[in-house]
Amino acid sequence: MKTYFESRFTINRDRNLCINCTSCTRQCTFGVHYYDEKGELKSRDENCVGCQRCVAYCPTGAITIKGNLPEAASNWTREVIRDITAQAENGAVILTGSGTDKPYPIYWDRFLLNASQVTNPSLDPLREPMELDTYLGKKPDRIELSPEGRLITKLAPQVKLKTPIIFSAMSFGAVSLPVQESLARAATQLGTLWNCGEGGLHPGLYQYHENTTVQVASGRFGVSPGYLKKAQVIEIKIGQGAKPGIGGHLPGEKVNAEIAATRMIPEGTDALSPAPHHDIYSIEDLAQLVSALKEATNYEKPISVKIAAVHNSAAIASGIARSGADIITIDGFRGGTGASPKTIRDNVGIPLEFALASVDGRLRQDGLRNKVSIVASGGIRGSADVAKAIALGADAVAIGTAALVALGCQLCQQCHTGRCPWGICTTDPALSRRIDPQKGASRLVNLINAWSIELKEMLGGMGINAVESLRGNRDELRGIELNEKELSILGIRMAGE
Amino acid sequence: MTEFKINASGLGYHSLNNLIKEYSARGPGNIKIENVFGQRYIGAGLESKVRIEISGTPGNDLGAFMSGPDITVYGNAQDGCGNTMDGGRIVIHGSAGDTVALAARGGQLFVRDGVGYRAGIHMKGDTTKSPALVIGGSAQDFLGEYLAGGVIVVLGLSHDGQRRHHGRFIGTGMHGGVIYISGGLEEHQIAGDAVASKAGEADLVTLEPLLTDFAGVFGYDKEELLSNHYLKLLPRYLRPYARLYAPGGHETAPDR
Repeated sequence: MKTYFESRFTINRDRNLCINCTSCTRQCTFGVHYYDEKGELKSRDENCVGCQRCVAYCPTGAITIKGNLPEAASNWTREVIRDITAQAENGAVILTGSGTDKPYPIYWDRFLLNASQVTNPSLDPLREPMELDTYLGKKPDRIELSPEGRLITKLAPQVKLKTPIIFSAMSFGAVSLPVQESLARAATQLGTLWNCGEGGLHPGLYQYHENTTVQVASGRFGVSPGYLKKAQVIEIKIGQGAKPGIGGHLPGEKVNAEIAATRMIPEGTDALSPAPHHDIYSIEDLAQLVSALKEATNYEKPISVKIAAVHNSAAIASGIARSGADIITIDGFRGGTGASPKTIRDNVGIPLEFALASVDGRLRQDGLRNKVSIVASGGIRGSADVAKAIALGADAVAIGTAALVALGCQLCQQCHTGRCPWGICTTDPALSRRIDPQKGASRLVNLINAWSIELKEMLGGMGINAVESLRGNRDELRGIELNEKELSILGIRMAGE
Repeated sequence: MTEFKINASGLGYHSLNNLIKEYSARGPGNIKIENVFGQRYIGAGLESKVRIEISGTPGNDLGAFMSGPDITVYGNAQDGCGNTMDGGRIVIHGSAGDTVALAARGGQLFVRDGVGYRAGIHMKGDTTKSPALVIGGSAQDFLGEYLAGGVIVVLGLSHDGQRRHHGRFIGTGMHGGVIYISGGLEEHQIAGDAVASKAGEADLVTLEPLLTDFAGVFGYDKEELLSNHYLKLLPRYLRPYARLYAPGGHETAPDR
């Protein structure tokens, strides 16, 4: 009987490139490469261990090795090896772009939505009016009406969305100007919001101010009284799901003339956003910035506070609700980024699903839920995620990556290099031109319209005719593949219960 | 010029600011506010070019985000004075608290006496605007932290002529702008991100107009201020973190 060991690797040698330098025969310690009796260079594939030494030392790049080391089961994935090698070379922090690609559980996929059968009628959204209008802002504890039925209570500023889907903050610098213009145009056509992020607002986009959220982040880039006034919503950016607890560094090579003018900094300098706001070390300090912004804008605009989903999100959100803020944006750990240290992106923060459920629950428990609207973001992929997020407690969701995918993004995760071949995450004017704002806006409008129709279908199926009746309505959710603890934190029951 | 008077006694910050906004909407004027007692956000976001005179102690975030007014305080200011200020001027006849001129990108802030921690943190400027913070006394630690642009001058005038500064970590993370300190510093007070040298003739272009205004406002002798020896701190690197990051191992590292 013959014993057979399968070769794990196949050596390919490009004869056109090989110069018979004998390097491979000398580098291999397992006798893979050898000259046969006729003097011809051959290989014994069955001896190959995949160490890549011959590949690395082949001066002409003639050798390729096909086949993989067992990777999934291993602690030492090819990615880990690549990163260690790169860091040994340059001693630097490894940067990456977009959201984490690590196989953390996606809890949205463990929630199932309800539908009506027999006992209450489902509704046909194609025939019956379905309400997706959503108002972001602080709601009063009670309202007072005059004898004629007029509202006496003075309401806090509200922003009306025609659909509970807004665009996440993506700064000029992280994304190109045509991307921002696509978002701004789409938001205007859709009656929703786009968010200029922390890099200031380009004058070319002032015309979309009725649908613009502006950010005040720790770097305070581009913040002037005029900027604050060009907003429907002002968002204080505390954190971002892809990089909780750290600031941002837009490298000088991306700071061209237009970025510099928009951020109000010199061309070619690094734009550094410190990790904290140096005037916010406490909830009291946050309350101070909220009030300062309200005083500066005559209490006409809701103030949002964006935080990353972290371990104590519920307590933090309770503090934010008491700070006078009107909106809390919770960005889950799957949220995207133009650039983040990979180790932060992949290891810091918690899933949006848990943060959202615990924030909504805590605010209800504290009697504060009406004081703030909740916007959920970070990895929302489709209308089902939207419906589930709203049922879990969100007023609206924000999408970033999904919007970029609508513009062509294929998630190659090279956003931080600024060389996006699709013209999305780049400041290079030539690459930026690859996005046509008019066509981009039309694709975004299509996407949101499609999701809105689907959302109406799901609502109708549940026998609900207004999205606000789904908000925090966890009875419409059931879990699968969730343990008792997960169900209890999420505040939902198991399928079949 | 129209003159308005406000007695801030018993007024909350919101009511006080509403009066200021109402008066400043009437065109150029001089708004005198008496009995200010800790009201915050005075003049926040104001764009009108009005003069505001404050007697008493304004609260935190005086003149935050503002771009127009010329504010004079006869008393001390608290934290966050000139926070993210865009333009205009704030003159304090006294001292000020922490994070004075935080992230300011324009305008001038003159403090007669001392300031607290992290003064001038992350001030920034560009070709159109550049903020200036002039401190008559001295500053606590982390002066000019993250400084990205603009000018900070510390005169040390309240140090009995000795001009000794005790603040440490001066210029931590600075990557733009310039800090002038009269009377010198010990090596250990200067952060590694800053490089010290003696100010020379060329620096008068920056110092002279600022010190002329400062001397005029507080009644100092301009020539005397200009004749001081100034230590000049500039950022060691314009791009302090250029070497901090590497692209992922899946692509070629750029030349460094």
